[in-house]
Parts: sequence; C-alpha cells; structure tokens
Amino acid sequence: MSALGVSLKGVRKSFGAKRVLDGVDIEVAPNSSLVILGGSGSGKSVTIKCILGLIQPDEGVIEVGGQDVTRLSRRDRLALMDRMGMLFQQGALFDSLPVWENVCFKLLAQKRITRAAARDRAAEVLAQVGLAASVGDLSPSELSGGMQKRVALARAVAARPDLIFFDEPTTGLDPIMGAVIDGLIVDCVQRLGATAISITHDMASARRIGQQAAMIHHGKIVWTGAAAELGNTGNAMVDQFARGEREGPIQMELRK
Amino acid sequence: MVGAMLAGIGRPVLAACESVGRLALFAAEAVSHMVRPPFHARQFWRHFVEVAYFSLPVVALTALFTGMVLALQSYTGFARFNAQSAVASVVVLSVVRELGPVLAGLMVAGRIGAAMAAELGTMRVTDQIDALTTLSTDPMKYLVAPRILATTLALPLLVVVADILGVMGGYVIGTMKLGFVSAAYLDSTWDVLEAMDVISGLIKAAVFGFVIGLMGCWYGFHSKGGAQGVGLATTSAVVVASILILMLDYVVTEAFFSP
Ligand SMILES: Nc1ncnc2c1ncn2[C@@H]1O[C@H](COP(=O)(O)OP(=O)(O)OP(=O)(O)O)[C@@H](O)[C@H]1O
Ligand SMILES: [Mg+2]
Repeated sequence: MSALGVSLKGVRKSFGAKRVLDGVDIEVAPNSSLVILGGSGSGKSVTIKCILGLIQPDEGVIEVGGQDVTRLSRRDRLALMDRMGMLFQQGALFDSLPVWENVCFKLLAQKRITRAAARDRAAEVLAQVGLAASVGDLSPSELSGGMQKRVALARAVAARPDLIFFDEPTTGLDPIMGAVIDGLIVDCVQRLGATAISITHDMASARRIGQQAAMIHHGKIVWTGAAAELGNTGNAMVDQFARGEREGPIQMELRK
Repeated sequence: MVGAMLAGIGRPVLAACESVGRLALFAAEAVSHMVRPPFHARQFWRHFVEVAYFSLPVVALTALFTGMVLALQSYTGFARFNAQSAVASVVVLSVVRELGPVLAGLMVAGRIGAAMAAELGTMRVTDQIDALTTLSTDPMKYLVAPRILATTLALPLLVVVADILGVMGGYVIGTMKLGFVSAAYLDSTWDVLEAMDVISGLIKAAVFGFVIGLMGCWYGFHSKGGAQGVGLATTSAVVVASILILMLDYVVTEAFFSP
C-alpha cells in the first residue's frame, strides 16, 4: 500500500450565481495530515467533495496520486475510489442496514470478506471508536448523534484506505471521546501510512491531528502552515480564527 | 419580436427534450446494470417482496370490487337492449385487457413509486448516495437497477391475481344477485377469453411496472433541498408515473389490437 498525495490548482466552483470556491490551491504530501479550517459555509465540505469526484469543479486541476481526477475514465475513477475513505459531516449511514453492515460495507462490496467474518471485523473496528460489539446489531436510527458519528468514522476507516477524508470527525463528541478519535486519525496516518485530510472547528483537535493546516476564506486558501502553530502564526486572520476572537480582520458577515 | 417569441417557444421545448434525453440515458444505464454482474440479489429480493407481496391486499381489493361493479353496471346498462347475456364476457375482457393492469399499475404507483422516491430522495439529501460511491458501490447498480427490475417483474404477478379476483367479483355478483347460472357464467367467461388478451395485459403490467420503478428512482435520485425537495420528488414520481401509465396503456392497446 502506498499513500496518495493530493494537489489542487485553481479550483473554482459556483452553485448558480454563488461562487463557493474561487481558485483553491492545496498541496498534500503522501502520508501526511492536513487540516482545513474556515468559517461555516466557506466551502470546506465542497472542497473535499471535489477531490473525491462527488462534485465536478467548474475549473482547475485536482490530482490524486498524480492522476487528474476530473479527467479519469469511469473505471480508473472507481479504482481510485477503492483506495479512498470518507467520513461525511452528517454521517450518511445507511439506515436500511444494521450498524455492522454499514461498517463493513466497503469490504463486503469489494468481496474482501465474507458476511460471517464481517461481523467480527465490524466488532473490531467499533471497539477502536469506543463502541461495544452489541452496537453492531442496532440500526443507525437507534444511535445517538455522537454514536452515529463514530460508526460513520468506523465505516470510513474499516477498509484501510490510502487517502482518508474526515469532515468534522469530533463535532458532537464529548472531549474525551474527541481525543480518542483524534488518536485514531493520527494512527491511520502514522501506523497505516495513509494520507489524511480533515476539516475541524476544534483547534485543540486540529493541533493534534494535523501536521499542516490550511485556512480557506472567501473561496481561497489564505494561509498554510504548521498545525502546531495555530493560534500564534503571526497571520492576523488565522490567529483571530484559531483563538475565536470577535475583533480582527475577519468580520462576521451575513452569508450569501 | 418574432425572434423573442420563437425563443420563448424554443427554450422550453429544448429543456423538455433535454430532460427526456437524460431520463432515457438513466433508464438505459439502469437496464445495463440489470444484465451485467455483479448483481445485488438481496436488494432485488427486498424490493420484489415489498412490491409483489405487500401490494397484494390493495390490488386484490381494488380488482374484486371493480369486477363486482362492472358486472352490476353492465347488467343494468345492457338490459336496455336485452344484451344481459354479455355480462360475463364484458367483465372478463375489461378486467384482463384493461382494468387489471391499469388499476394495479395506479395502485402500485401510489404505494411503491412514492416510497421509492421518498427513500432515494432522503438518501440523496443526507449524502447516503454519495457515501455509496465512496464505498466502491455504484448507486445505479445497487439502488436503481434492483428497484426497477423488482417492479417490472412483480407487476405482472400482481396482475394475474387482479385478473382472477376481478373475474371472481363479477362471477359472485352475476350468480348471487343477477341470477346467472354458475356454469353458464363460467362458460361464457372462458369462451370469450383468448390468449392474446391475457398476454397483452401482462405486457402492459410489465411496462407499467418499469415506468413506476423508473419514475420513483428518477425523481428520488435527483431530488434536492431537504424535506421539501423529497416531498416534491414523491409527488412528481406518483403523478408522472400515473399519467404515463394511462398514456402507455393506449399505446400498448393500439399496438396489440388496432383494427
Ligand atoms: N449542492 C449544493 N447546492 C448548492 N449550494 C451548495 C451545495 N453544496 C454546498 N453549497 C453551498 O456552498 C457553500 C459552502 O458549503 P460547504 O458545505 O462546503 O460549507 P462548509 O465550509 O463545509 O461549512 P460548515 O463548516 O458549516 O460545514 C455554502 O454556502 C452552501 O450553501
Ligand atoms: Mg461542511
């Protein structure tokens, strides 16, 4: 298994008249971890959906592992998708399937595992996100919001992808559980050799899981740097954001 | 002036052509997944049971009462020109050729078309369809193809049941209320019925089943904008499927029985 690098150059995307991404440039080295920061509605989720090929950008080049994903044939795109994993912001669990089938969905789809073995594997991965094996038999609608998030996280990592996206992995979790999940993400990068791109609003979490950090504002990347420096980067905008201060270059504005 | 008018006509026509084209591509892709492995048998079976088995009560009751009403109506109507003996033939031909498939189709469109649009619509707006893609599963193959196949195969089975119950409804009213002799009623039923009547009815059923599944999936798959969007998708799926059923009913009838 080899990690995948990601590179975005001049990516633009509008929905109708609303321009969400206005020339986004991002470089992520293989086997590294990037956190993306930015205000609510600034286009973070749209950015990673573009990388996954779920949203087609209007302009720009997106390369994953050196391949331009906007130009891939259907077959190559599927092959690439096999190596990626995604935690959706809202979980996006399949409510017609029990938790264990959700967790092992990709392994089952790729026929890498039998249904009998999938239950055991699901229990293993659920344990990593702090859930008992008995949760596997419940339906996603029977879980609390934080439990759903953790099941979704288990599903994203269960097939051991080479490139993983986490859209707000710790939102809605208690602080201790949040730290456990952060540990899991770090593990994916350090032990399993994956590349991770995460979105988070939690600065402590960003410092723990990120090596690099990038801040998106008004559709552009306005800063990239080491995640450990968040809060005292010297960039007024980033520091204001990281410390959560009302006064500063970023003014609250009504979202269009 | 004229240019603006032409543009005003042209634009909606072009838009309509475009959506019809997209729908045709969607249908073709769904069908191509039905014949290419891997197959999602579990998904197919789940929907097949839902359509074929759980629609039985609704379709059976509709057919039974329609057959009963038909016998009563045609008896009182035909009495005006002394043609009461035709009741059995009228009931069996109308039910098998026309009312069985159309009524079953409309009932299933309301039940299943709506449910499919609502389920897929919810999956769309909660990112579940995107999630499928990231989990190495083609949503067209996993969600759409099994549903359309299930409705296409299940509806003819339902129509067989509807045909039998419709004729039975007519028979019950004919013998118990209208004074027909049981054997004579059944004889005239069998005498008039031809294989082509049944076959055309079943082909109609398969066509309607395909349309119901296709519309449910199409509107669900492309719904957007939260609960309201899903509601809209559900309504559209049922309305459009019902209208198409009535239109295609004419087309198939014309193809089989044009004089
Ligand atoms: N499918 C869509 N259709 C229309 N507009 C969209 C769509 N998806 C996103 N948007 C718009 O794009 C903008 C960015 O959305 P996005 O979900 O990327 O925000 P975000 O940065 O992830 O915010 P948050 O932190 O609140 O999750 C929003 O203004 C949103 O309204
Ligand atoms: Mg988001």
